Amino acid sequence: MTQLTTPPAGPPAPESAPAREPAETPVRTKRLRHPREKAGPLGRALRITALTATSVIFIYPFLWLVSASLKPSEDVFDNALIPKVVQWENYADIWGEVPLLTWVWNSAVVTLAAAVAVTVSSAIVAFGFAYFRFPGRNALFALVISTMMLPAVVLMIPQYLVWNELHLASSQIPLWAPNLFGSAFYIFLLRQFFLGLPRELFEAARIDGASYWGMFWRIAVPLCRPALVVTFIFEVHASWTDLVRPLVYLRDPELYTVPRGLKAVLDQFGEGGEMRWEIVAAASVIVTVPMIIAFFLCQKHFTEGIATQGRKG
Amino acid sequence: MAVPDKTASPPSGAEPAAASDVTAKAPGTEHTPYARPPADRAADRRERARRWRASWRRRETRAAYGFLSPWIFGFVVLTAGPMLATLYLSFTDYDGITAPQGVGTANYQQLFEDPDVAKSLMNTLLFTVLRVPLSMAIALALAVLLVRVGRATGLFRTLFYLPVMTPSVAVGILFLLLFNGNVGLINTVLGFAGVDGPSWTTDGDWIKPGLVLTQLWSVGSTVIIYLAALKNVPQDLYEAAEIDGVGRWQAFVHVTLPQISGALFFTLIVNTIASLQTFTEAYTAFFGSANSQTYGNDAALFYVVHLFQQAFQYMHLGYASALAWLLFLVILVITLLQAKFSKRFVYYEGDQP
Repeated sequence: MTQLTTPPAGPPAPESAPAREPAETPVRTKRLRHPREKAGPLGRALRITALTATSVIFIYPFLWLVSASLKPSEDVFDNALIPKVVQWENYADIWGEVPLLTWVWNSAVVTLAAAVAVTVSSAIVAFGFAYFRFPGRNALFALVISTMMLPAVVLMIPQYLVWNELHLASSQIPLWAPNLFGSAFYIFLLRQFFLGLPRELFEAARIDGASYWGMFWRIAVPLCRPALVVTFIFEVHASWTDLVRPLVYLRDPELYTVPRGLKAVLDQFGEGGEMRWEIVAAASVIVTVPMIIAFFLCQKHFTEGIATQGRKG
Repeated sequence: MAVPDKTASPPSGAEPAAASDVTAKAPGTEHTPYARPPADRAADRRERARRWRASWRRRETRAAYGFLSPWIFGFVVLTAGPMLATLYLSFTDYDGITAPQGVGTANYQQLFEDPDVAKSLMNTLLFTVLRVPLSMAIALALAVLLVRVGRATGLFRTLFYLPVMTPSVAVGILFLLLFNGNVGLINTVLGFAGVDGPSWTTDGDWIKPGLVLTQLWSVGSTVIIYLAALKNVPQDLYEAAEIDGVGRWQAFVHVTLPQISGALFFTLIVNTIASLQTFTEAYTAFFGSANSQTYGNDAALFYVVHLFQQAFQYMHLGYASALAWLLFLVILVITLLQAKFSKRFVYYEGDQP
């Protein structure tokens, strides 16, 4: 981990990239270190302490939720981390009370379709912008970028009417089908990666008689697999957690995805309902866990994808 | 712009290599001389049109538009078309069943008379004004702490990012549970410190601050953006600052902040746009069921919640379209103001992609 940002506090930092040392300056790094150099180890300890304290705040709600999901109804708000009575039946009950398994299945199908559709279509469009030189390219790309700024709700009503016209407004299709046409952010992201590929690769392939599609499919796609994975998992997260579209489109509880189902669970068992918060907590845990697993599996990609966003400039 | 270089000599016919060379130079062509004789400009235009037609005959151009076709189709059918449709519907009365009835500007007049518009707009602006600066400041503080702890960075970054993964509905539920005024964890902890915590979920004055605090839980992605930006600040700037005898705080203000201003600007815009459209957490906690209509939801009536109810619960699609356009304009104006204001402060390295 290079520490490029600050006057290095602490013992001589071997991490600082040697290439960046200005050659002319006599290397008297020790003297040029920050005056408060001695505070280094202490400063570091303070930092770790502060970060640990913050981490507790970040993580504790998860632990609280898991703990609450295992308690009997009357203990949910005792705020004890370890349940006095562990009631595993909550997790058994929830499947019987609501069609949670159906919802998880629906979400899995919708999420997979959404992520595959957006990855494939965005990659195709991004390659079009990255490889070809053609009239109108920059104007069109500016248009793509500008759609990122467009509030989704402005489009919600007419899109609903379009699906209504197609008699698909109460199906799950509107939840993922728009992804077939690419999405501005992912097009931007993938284009950056495609632009990073050396052009000679494509020229060579062209001389060998490769078609444009062949260049995309056999060269660009395999070489940009990490970026495609980033796109895929970002969309998995977006699709799995979306409540707005299911609220607009899904009427039949049999078609609900998990966020819509969780909202229904809250309305049935939460405030003003049956007041069985442990059921609500258990359902929340079940809905959240797949995302946590996905994150740990693809952590590096998430971090890369987010960091790339900032470089949009 | 793919407008061919006006100062270049006309390419010989539609010869592919020459044409692609010309368009390749395109990015530099926006700085064409201003004062040119009109005749010359007309000739330019004809020349441009000719080249456009010529390039259409090229296989490459057609292939390119083939690759772009999914997006172009989607843009027309799912973005541009809907935008125009919303504009049209905003001048009508439409319930989704009977044909739209033109009502002139009545919907827009109603925006001023509907008390919920003013209320939800104020709620949304207050929420945004509270949330955006707070989340940026906290994210920056965490990133600055994170960047200097060596190998531990990775671990803490993971922990900070986990809440971002939590589905918003679950976040809304956690808000109801943890911020419960009588028995919630937050007030229990405040109680240890001798503070009598407010009724976060039922007291109208405290609902928005509570929701802001809940959203601060997911600053993780902003932290990661800042962390990446911080790591890109050149080390030698600090070495120079040290030679000049600059203190830590001054180095932070005069070196670090300008160097990461691009990332700050980006997160300002994105977080503002997202906050102005905030919906899921508030809707989960306060709306949508017969039971949750009883308390507190005036204070949680955000603009998009109001829009959603008008459109999809009451089926006032014409009026909701006017609401949508108002939001679009509000977001546009705020974004443009931020962009104009930030221009003075954002520093771009020459090699920005």
